[in-house]
Amino acid sequence: MDASRRKVLKAGGSAALFGALVAAGFFKPEEARAAAADWNKAAFSGKTMAETLKAMGANNPAQSNAITITGPDIAENGAVVPVTVQTTLPKAEAIAILVEKNPNMLAASFDLPAGTEPLVGTRVKMGQTSNVYALVKADGKYYTAVKEIKVTLGGCGG
Amino acid sequence: MADPMKIRAKAEANGVVDVKVLFSHEMETGQRKDASGKLVPAHFIQNVTASYQGRTVLNAQWGPAVSKNPFLNFRFKGNKGDKVQITWLDNKGDTRTDEAVIG
Repeated sequence: MDASRRKVLKAGGSAALFGALVAAGFFKPEEARAAAADWNKAAFSGKTMAETLKAMGANNPAQSNAITITGPDIAENGAVVPVTVQTTLPKAEAIAILVEKNPNMLAASFDLPAGTEPLVGTRVKMGQTSNVYALVKADGKYYTAVKEIKVTLGGCGG
Repeated sequence: MADPMKIRAKAEANGVVDVKVLFSHEMETGQRKDASGKLVPAHFIQNVTASYQGRTVLNAQWGPAVSKNPFLNFRFKGNKGDKVQITWLDNKGDTRTDEAVIG
């Protein structure tokens, strides 16, 4: 067995494995750093909409009717609220989902390379009835839409 | 090692592949208290990457507000018979990659 494979297999646990993979040449170091570190902590820690949007570089997004938020009007279980966001805005490059009344508003953000449709669906936790915002980056500019989702049983586990 | 993801990748008539993924992950917010009143530490997927033919077709950053055992649906241009890979990375550095053939 060659030395680099043995090192990778010995590494076992994941963070160490990742490092071993970098050392073995599986990932370029800058890719590894990018892959491991590319998480917008400031945005995910934002406690107000203004703070969160600023951390995402999205100051004053324009309201758009070309963004559709699909989700229940009333969510029975705030732990699992299905939300789909899609847009007809041309050159859409990113979509984010924010829950206004959650302790931290940003739930998820998605980068969409060319060839990927401007649609994402997921399920989010909502602590209480709240506006759910979709933020779309299209052609370098930011746009937003909102839908209120009522929650009968809050989903943050508190 | 973490439980596998369930990936359904379906080619539609117009060259679009619809992907639905069910991840297996606690997505612990860090705000929940256990039976003894102690805070359960945050443990959640932070990054998700989908790859097709060596290029990235989706790159996502998640916070702990994504539901436990996350669901993800996205769509991209691709062909039946090819493979799509999904990778997740969580805040503890755990990671997992699974792949599925586009059917």
